[in-house]
Amino acid sequence: MINPKTFFQGLKSLKGSRSPAIPLGACFIALGALLKDAGFNLQQSAASSLFTYALPGQLVMAESLLVGASIINIFIAVWLVNFRLYPMTVSLFPLLEHKSQPKWKYYLSCHFLAVSSWLIAKDSYKKIDKKHRIDFWIGIGMGTWSTAIIMTVVGYLSADYLNKDMLIGLAIVNPVYFFCMMIGAMKNLSVSIAVIGGTILGPLIYLISTEWALLFAGLVAGTIAFLFGGKNGK
Amino acid sequence: MASSQLIILAIIATSLATFISRFMGALTSEKVSVKSKVFQWFNCVAYSTLAALLGRMIIFPAGVLSDSELMIRLIVLITCVVIFIFTKKNLVIPTILSAIFLSILNNF
Repeated sequence: MINPKTFFQGLKSLKGSRSPAIPLGACFIALGALLKDAGFNLQQSAASSLFTYALPGQLVMAESLLVGASIINIFIAVWLVNFRLYPMTVSLFPLLEHKSQPKWKYYLSCHFLAVSSWLIAKDSYKKIDKKHRIDFWIGIGMGTWSTAIIMTVVGYLSADYLNKDMLIGLAIVNPVYFFCMMIGAMKNLSVSIAVIGGTILGPLIYLISTEWALLFAGLVAGTIAFLFGGKNGK
Repeated sequence: MASSQLIILAIIATSLATFISRFMGALTSEKVSVKSKVFQWFNCVAYSTLAALLGRMIIFPAGVLSDSELMIRLIVLITCVVIFIFTKKNLVIPTILSAIFLSILNNF
């Protein structure tokens, strides 16, 4: 079934100086408090992180509910903001493929796809034997996913003790962590062009279209990076 | 304040909208070889989409972060990235400091 040694190797990525636990914890604590504010109960808040586990989409959901958007509108807005998970999966899963592994592992573990787990997996998959890479990924995913759910509950329960300044402080941790990880990933020309281009185009296109900004910016900057970046190592 | 039923429907809609992209990605991955040009293109698009999201999170944030000044967010981000580089890519120190810096600067 699952190779325990590589699974725990993946799980252990929560420890150490590159741990995603602090940023994940910070942003999901802030989310838990926000969901309480939006009228969610504890179970609903935990269920949101359990079943969605994608912070930008959960933020869109909470804010849409607060302004009274319809379910269809929420669905479309979330789909657009979380569509990034599609190219992210396609740029990671082929690296984890092995003929001896059953497909259900891939179909179920794609739920663990999030920015933090993706960045860790991209950073460390080479160290793992090809045959067990999917188990390594499941280990990373179980660690990051359960951290997110637990911290959402913690955030919900501690909402009354968190003032606005503390929440703002918690909310910056995630983008700072991701930026650092992305800068760490800029080891070749194409990834560097993709990261710089995306960072500039994302907010620029957002001025024209709030909903389609990510998709367009990703496609345009990514294609430019592909065309001009030459051979891609990762 | 949304009703309980509406919240449950919103959670289902959000989860489905999110899982579709992940699952489609897993299905597409079966046909994509690591050595192919398509894989390289997807890799570039993934990094740039992620960067676009991060750029937007800093410049046009959602949630509580929008109550802080853009200039302060940029100062915190740049300082923490510099710390990250100088601490030999330690991620714990800059991330903890970012929360402290922003909380303090936001009160000035």
